[in-house]
Amino acid sequence: MNRFRVLFPLAGLLVGLTAGWVLFPALLYRTEEQPLQFSHAVHTDTGGMACADCHSFDADGRFVGIPTTAQCASCHADVMGETENEKRFVEEYVKTNREVPWKVYARQPDNAYFPHAAHVTRGGIACERCHGPHGTMNTLRPYQVNRITGYSRDIWGSSIGRVGMEPWEGMKMDDCVRCHRETERARACLDCHK
Amino acid sequence: MPARYGMVIDLDRCTGCGNCTVACAVENNIPPGPPGVTDRTGITWMRVYEADNGEGFPETQSAFVPVMCMQCEEHTPCVSVCPQNAVEVDPETGIVGQIPERCLGCRYCMAACPYHARYFNWWDPKWPEGMEKTLNPDVSPRMRGVAEKCNFCHGRLHTAREKAAAAGNAAIDPADYVPACVESCPTQAIVFGDLNDPASEVAKLSRDERAFRFLSRLGTEPKVSYLSSRAWVRSLADRVLARDQKEEARG
Ligand code: HEC
Ligand code: HEC
Ligand code: HEC
Ligand code: HEC
Ligand code: HEC
Repeated sequence: MNRFRVLFPLAGLLVGLTAGWVLFPALLYRTEEQPLQFSHAVHTDTGGMACADCHSFDADGRFVGIPTTAQCASCHADVMGETENEKRFVEEYVKTNREVPWKVYARQPDNAYFPHAAHVTRGGIACERCHGPHGTMNTLRPYQVNRITGYSRDIWGSSIGRVGMEPWEGMKMDDCVRCHRETERARACLDCHK
Repeated sequence: MPARYGMVIDLDRCTGCGNCTVACAVENNIPPGPPGVTDRTGITWMRVYEADNGEGFPETQSAFVPVMCMQCEEHTPCVSVCPQNAVEVDPETGIVGQIPERCLGCRYCMAACPYHARYFNWWDPKWPEGMEKTLNPDVSPRMRGVAEKCNFCHGRLHTAREKAAAAGNAAIDPADYVPACVESCPTQAIVFGDLNDPASEVAKLSRDERAFRFLSRLGTEPKVSYLSSRAWVRSLADRVLARDQKEEARG
């Protein structure tokens, strides 16, 4: 009898915790598929392209971000390989001259301002420091969006408790500031907000 | 040395055309007000007031006075009253920054501002169909319930900094950072620049004998000055109302 008194609440707690740990993220985040699968590895590893071939800066130092379909068309005017993905890309986007509505994992809220030129060009920070192995991956992982804020899950990071994450995971205001403390950069609110 | 951005506005040149107010609204994504909006509930980071010398015809003279946030350097009234730390004076630029995402909408800052240069979002921003395509991506639109004001087109400072960073330069080229009102003024009545740079035009003009600042008796050290060679215009600057002497800004 006494043993149940102790075990029962403990078991309840365990069930509650597990449910919370597993269910909460599922409730908080909605998973969406990318409109098209894209392999960075095919282009950067096998193809030997540099990141800057696709992710460049314009004349004013503004980061262009994800390339437009026109930039891919020089190679993909017609289907070259056997893959279903490439066929879809050429037929649905290149031939119709449409942009792929990529879901951007790293996208910050509209009121946050992030300059790539300061970090990459002048600061010499590697892409991997903030984006992990994205540039060498073979597939695109599912995109997860916070149902309440509409922000990408990558802003918070994969772990709800923010423990045991890779160093590049999570890009909340605190994460920006933690790195800036070392270099005494961007201390005013309007430096990072617009 | 950190910059101290400031402005000098020549009231003898200003014709009151209002170009600056329009350029400001376009640059900073300020939506057109809904029907029924008044000059108290609408948002005009930059506003042109008309003043006259009080004489009858034919002695009447008038002046137009563009007024925006004066970027008070000392005892900045909106900073000291903000319960949210949503306003700060950037030590690197001297620009008084309002952070709408931090603002809770109490409007103390609007009451505290001696220049009535702060505005409140009584409505969520709405643009007429199609006009949202002309929004400036460098400035985030604000939501209902927060205060806002001029920040010397801070989005343009971002752009200038990015250009400098891409070229590997630590400092921006001053020619790359010009607020929209300055650029749009057809009589070039507004001069903008770094007051800490003694060689800059703005620093020279701010020491001109025609120069004055509004409500300088409050001791808030505004970084916007005005120029006029007309004594009655200069006398507007410290016109004292009935409440004389009592006003004093405390930090
Ligand atoms: C063939 C052109 C191409 C090359 C070369 C390329 N990328 Fe990309 N990159 C893309 C496209 C298309 C996307 C959008 C799809 C996606 O998210 O991966 C993208 C997206 C990204 C993103 C954004 C992910 C997000 O949504 O937050 C990162 C980060 C990135 N690439 C890093 C790199 C790095 C690092 C390299 C070099 C090792 C590289 N890329 C080389 C085409 C390219
Ligand atoms: C320098 C030429 C070149 C450019 C530019 C280029 N690609 Fe490719 N792409 C290739 C090659 C080569 C392959 C491999 C084709 C094969 O043999 O299957 C490939 C494969 C692909 C595939 C199928 C493989 C997969 O699953 O990812 C897709 C999708 C694709 N590219 C999309 C893009 C997009 C989007 C862009 C523009 C951002 C782009 N490519 C730009 C050369 C290029
Ligand atoms: C210091 C961290 C950091 C570094 C280094 C960095 N990025 Fe980013 N990247 C970000 C952040 C933060 C965003 C989101 C920006 C936003 O939404 O305003 C982003 C966004 C992107 C995007 C998506 C742009 C969009 O919004 O469409 C691409 C593509 C990208 N980065 C590629 C790269 C590449 C390639 C490199 C290396 C040359 C790189 N990044 C280096 C932090 C970084
Ligand atoms: C890995 C470290 C690191 C992270 C993470 C990081 N930054 Fe930075 N940031 C730097 C460094 C280093 C500099 C200075 C680079 C230089 O100019 O040499 C800098 C400079 C800046 C500047 C000043 C640019 C200028 O022109 O003076 C801004 C703004 C900025 N970061 C915003 C952000 C934001 C927003 C985030 C988060 C989304 C972020 N940073 C994340 C390292 C980082
Ligand atoms: C180093 C860059 C940086 C600086 C400096 C900075 N922020 Fe942020 N801030 C961010 C980024 C990036 C986000 C978005 C990611 C997040 O939600 O954490 C953010 C988000 C916020 C949010 C949450 C907004 C929302 O929509 O969820 C508030 C509030 C905020 N910042 C206020 C401030 C204030 C006040 C200051 C000055 C004291 C400041 N920030 C300075 C980078 C910065």
